[in-house]
Amino acid sequence: MAELKFSKDHEWVAMEGDVATIGITDHAQQALGDVVFVELPELGRVVAAGEACAVVESVKAASDVYAPISGRVVEVNAALADNPGTINSDPAGEGWFFKLEPSAPAELAELMDDAAYHRFVEESA
Amino acid sequence: MADSSALPGETLLETPLGALHRELGGRMVPFAGYAMPVQYPLGILGEHLHCRAAAGLFDVSHMGQAELVGAKGTEFAAAALEALTPADVAGLKPMRQRYALLTTDAGGIFDDFMVANFGNRLFLVVNASRKHEDFARIEAALPAGVTLKRLPDRALLALQGPGAAAAIAPLAPALAAMKFMDVAEVTIAGVPCFVSRSGYTGEDGYEISVPADQAETFARALLALPGVAPVGLGARDSLRLEAGLCLYGNDIDETTSPVEAALTWSIGKRRRMEWNFPGAERVREELANGTQRLRVGIKPEGRQPARGHTAVHVPGGDAVGEITSGGFGPSLGGPMAMGYVARAHAADNTPLELMVRGKPLAARVAAMPFVANRYAR
Repeated sequence: MAELKFSKDHEWVAMEGDVATIGITDHAQQALGDVVFVELPELGRVVAAGEACAVVESVKAASDVYAPISGRVVEVNAALADNPGTINSDPAGEGWFFKLEPSAPAELAELMDDAAYHRFVEESA
Repeated sequence: MADSSALPGETLLETPLGALHRELGGRMVPFAGYAMPVQYPLGILGEHLHCRAAAGLFDVSHMGQAELVGAKGTEFAAAALEALTPADVAGLKPMRQRYALLTTDAGGIFDDFMVANFGNRLFLVVNASRKHEDFARIEAALPAGVTLKRLPDRALLALQGPGAAAAIAPLAPALAAMKFMDVAEVTIAGVPCFVSRSGYTGEDGYEISVPADQAETFARALLALPGVAPVGLGARDSLRLEAGLCLYGNDIDETTSPVEAALTWSIGKRRRMEWNFPGAERVREELANGTQRLRVGIKPEGRQPARGHTAVHVPGGDAVGEITSGGFGPSLGGPMAMGYVARAHAADNTPLELMVRGKPLAARVAAMPFVANRYAR
């Protein structure tokens, strides 16, 4: 498993080869509560870092999910349509959202590592 | 998450159960000026389902409680209240409760509330967000000899669910004989209580008013009963929406009339002959000729929820209304909403489109409640 990098919007990125897998963090799923629906980006869509490109809906509210890095969407997790609760039960695994082919891989360096993200979460609590 | 109704810098009020909520792991959010638990560690989905399967305990102490007393008899208090509501208050039998509306002079809804006849007084429960306005409006309309006594020193708890009656029976055997919308004064676990067999979840259960200084002890006694778990505001909202019940400020307000809101049933028969309540002219005209729009249930097809303020269109066509409350129904197992649509599109099963983030979502007008009521009738 690749090392995870984290955004300030509480997404994670796992870079494997030329493809980045993106999901939301355990902290994010806890804050959202039970996920009941997810809207994923269209395949082939080109997104910029920080662009809203997915929506996650809990019982209570809808929240945007942002692309942590720029790129082209090459795969989405279709299994979430029937089992959106996977985002709560396995946010960093089976609960992934989409995969990007990064257009500016250097952006990865601007994201936080695990320790920095945990400090970020604690400081913003 | 947009449930913040506190102004920036505003100090939030605490109910008598604030410390208990935190001890139970409640996630506190601002609501109507109070710090309230939106959920506990079980989560909104789990708390909702628990309430429908067993029993949930809700703190609704933020709501406004008051007594209306007539020095020469409760009939004078009832007559005074009828000057502000289209409900039949005079006809409310002793130890019975009724849902009612306060109407504006223009025929809008000033608030919705519960009124109970405890024999020697009327007991009112009004919305937290409206209590100061409501009590001021009532007080300003009272004749000599009728007084409004606010009850800020009482807490209000709701015990709701199919297991509520059995759970509380060992503490208070008298409650079992009550029917839906009955009220009683009962001492439970040494605490003097005003009890109604009612609630806002669509389930059987009780709302129990207790002195604030005994509220925490009382709540702990209820939480110790088998099957009882604390439930927060998040599940309270999904439960009431499944039950087709209005939230003041979302689904009804000063711009919506009782007829538009499909709350005509709360207008007393006698009141429809007397027409002597605020806004009677508009209500009478709308009952005779119909309204432009109506509050209806709306069921999106598929799993995607549509939230409040979502525009409602005819399929492929014009906007014909707006959603006022929308979300996901855990017991329904799918999305649900209510809102106002033009009368021509208000019949059950009428196809609609909801514009969610710029994309049309297929939906239909649906009968409410979305989940059948289970009141103890």
